[in-house]
Amino acid sequence: MTKKSGRKQMTVSVCYGTCCVLNGAREVKQALEASLGRHRVPGRVKVTGGRCNAYCNLGPVVTVEPGGTVYGKVTAGDVEEIVKKHLVGGKVVKRLTIGEKPGLDSLPSLSDIGFFKDQVLIAMRNRGRIDPDSIDDYIANEGYLALPKALTEMKPEDIIDEVKKAGLRGRGGGGFPTGIKWGICRKSPGPDGKYVICNADEGDPGAFMDRSLLESDPHSVLEGMTIGARAIGADVGYIYVREEYPLALERVTKAIEVAHEYGLLGENILGTGFNFEINVVRGAGAFVCGEETALMASIEGEQGRPRPRPPFPAESGLWGKPTNVNNVETWANVAPIILRGGDWYASLGTEKSKGTKVFSLVGKIKNTGLIEVPMGTTLRQIIYDIGGGVLKDREFKAVQSGGPSGGCIPTSLIDLPVDYEELSKAGSIMGSGGLIVMDEDTCMVDVAHYFVAFLEEESCGKCTPCREGIRRMREILGRIVKGEGRRGDIDLLESLAVTIKEASLCGLGATAPNPVLTTLKYFRDEYEAHIYKKRCPAKVCKALIVYRVVADKCTGCQRCVKACPVGALAGARAQPHNLDQAKCIKCGACYEVCKFDAIAGDAIYVE
Amino acid sequence: MSDTLSIRIDGRNRKAEKGRTILEVAKEMGIEIPTLCYHEALTPIGSCRLCVVEVKQGGRTRTMASCVTPVADGMVVRTETKLVTEIRRMIITLLLARCPDIEIIRHKAKELGVKTNPFPKGEEECYLCGMCVRACKEIVGVGAIGFANRGPESEVVPPFGQESNVCVGCGTCTTICPARTFDLRKVFARRSLHSVGGSKDTFRCIVCETHYGSP
Repeated sequence: MTKKSGRKQMTVSVCYGTCCVLNGAREVKQALEASLGRHRVPGRVKVTGGRCNAYCNLGPVVTVEPGGTVYGKVTAGDVEEIVKKHLVGGKVVKRLTIGEKPGLDSLPSLSDIGFFKDQVLIAMRNRGRIDPDSIDDYIANEGYLALPKALTEMKPEDIIDEVKKAGLRGRGGGGFPTGIKWGICRKSPGPDGKYVICNADEGDPGAFMDRSLLESDPHSVLEGMTIGARAIGADVGYIYVREEYPLALERVTKAIEVAHEYGLLGENILGTGFNFEINVVRGAGAFVCGEETALMASIEGEQGRPRPRPPFPAESGLWGKPTNVNNVETWANVAPIILRGGDWYASLGTEKSKGTKVFSLVGKIKNTGLIEVPMGTTLRQIIYDIGGGVLKDREFKAVQSGGPSGGCIPTSLIDLPVDYEELSKAGSIMGSGGLIVMDEDTCMVDVAHYFVAFLEEESCGKCTPCREGIRRMREILGRIVKGEGRRGDIDLLESLAVTIKEASLCGLGATAPNPVLTTLKYFRDEYEAHIYKKRCPAKVCKALIVYRVVADKCTGCQRCVKACPVGALAGARAQPHNLDQAKCIKCGACYEVCKFDAIAGDAIYVE
Repeated sequence: MSDTLSIRIDGRNRKAEKGRTILEVAKEMGIEIPTLCYHEALTPIGSCRLCVVEVKQGGRTRTMASCVTPVADGMVVRTETKLVTEIRRMIITLLLARCPDIEIIRHKAKELGVKTNPFPKGEEECYLCGMCVRACKEIVGVGAIGFANRGPESEVVPPFGQESNVCVGCGTCTTICPARTFDLRKVFARRSLHSVGGSKDTFRCIVCETHYGSP
């Protein structure tokens, strides 16, 4: 295909997702345009920004069509070569193509690349295929086909039935069946109107699927919301996006404007007499505002604090009117379900969890990025086949699913099929779909401490168990990682967990103990080592480790001496070096640079 | 009547009006449920969580705050289970750790049989029940105070922590405060506080205890 590309119209798209932009995608695009100008081929080659492939660790990613060539880690300096060889000469620049083995003889297409081949794209159906700022691109890829079908051929009840049949469940984490939620809201009397809300207050550390969906395919969310509004009988919608997502805000705001121009939003949509407006609300970045009642309080201008349920938002939500809140990914799934039918969607996934789920795969993993797989895909497939395995081929230790209030799932459960039920059985949650991979060098007590500290800061402070309980958990974990753990601390953590889980007002508190409970369940020995032996088995907790030089391995190369920021290491060339414990701040810089395993991070034993 | 529901609390059946909370119905039946943020005159917010009870509904048993949970037909409530007791004791322990010197907390802890506190002792004077905030908004109709900050850093303050322009100095916040620690002086400008009046009588300020009257 590429050989003949000389005369064909070609499209070069530079991913304009946040990750690629941060890695220099804008400069790459500018260089491309300049270079194409010099080679006098601008008419034949169209350069677009956008088309996020969600293969984030390879950014900036550049895709050339036809041919589907994907280049990764492209710099402005590589552009001239791509233009000369590929866009003008028709030959793929192999050294820049992505895949497990760079420089493959045959050109890897998406289906040859492990990261892509096992993925099934529904919510992310337009990944890498459309320019997010182009409604025409979206329309050309079956966009806004479901909306006329829903408005003209289906009654609101039919739409709800189709979503019920699909078995779609809330992708924000709750997992409540979307069709049932819509049905309740539809039946709820709303003489003064009803609302639909898109929850884009993505706050889990390491999760970015909502941001990416809004950035790379905003119309899929708008179309889903419009169909949902029709089904429920709402005439106003809100998208609640955090202010930290400037690109998502910009794109979604623009998409709403353009949809209005096309008659796909506003009054008398597609001439059917149906009216629907969408407003964008900027959130101030409070984690708790992802909780639907806190989110609505925030839209109303109140402090973002959750309200007791019942009454549920479907009965009395925003400004007391029936309101339906769904997450970005849930909305993005709606149009394909209407277009292809609930049965098609339900054919994917497991018995109780249908369809696909987007996960953000991060942490100690080779391929970082967003992936979409059918429910029931095992952790092993996700981590090894798609993720390419653990970074530096270290030993896999655990994966944290569902964000800070999810749980840590150990190696023994690597063949766990990922769906709502199985994750819950393992003590974790689906959450919004964050997957943080951890390797053997991770201390599980330290991990629990980190997440609990995050949740302490993000607790709104309204109810006692969450506000006071999480703080006490953090204090206890804090002293354990400092080597000051006491007998009874584990019991205290467990009984705090019961109260926080059972008695908290909202989901933040109800799930907050999960990181502690799962690490206690699967890695109790690490807690015991910290508390009773004052030892950190993973050699992470600084208070519990001491660095020393192993004299007979040290070659006296002085790398560590140069690396030490506090001058704790000294010694003449070719002589074993000395480490002054009094000066050592345990930063580990020496350990990192030593090529001879001569700096041993060893544990202190206290019986 | 269609607005009457049947529920069962601690083994006793009861007809209850739709819209009432579990706590209200239990009270009528003479069942005591401890509370720390509930006040009859205010909208319940379910924040202290001391009033949790076990609720069985539709085959599911959950712990719910009785002050904000409306009764539903067929609901089975148990107010004194092992789990409920365990939770209440932990909650009061947490509050005792936060505010060890507040009388109402010490009293409730005693009632619930909590004598020791395994956590570091705090010095807070406010346990964030929010009665002052609600009273100011709902009863006085002013809304001069609200919650600021998040998590354990939460506090009740006028906007931006500045003396309030809208506070009328009525002292409802101070009067309603179950901890008896709410300090009106942080809300109401002192200047205005002592210029209220105009009558010949002298009043004793409920906050600073000095006497003031007509200027």
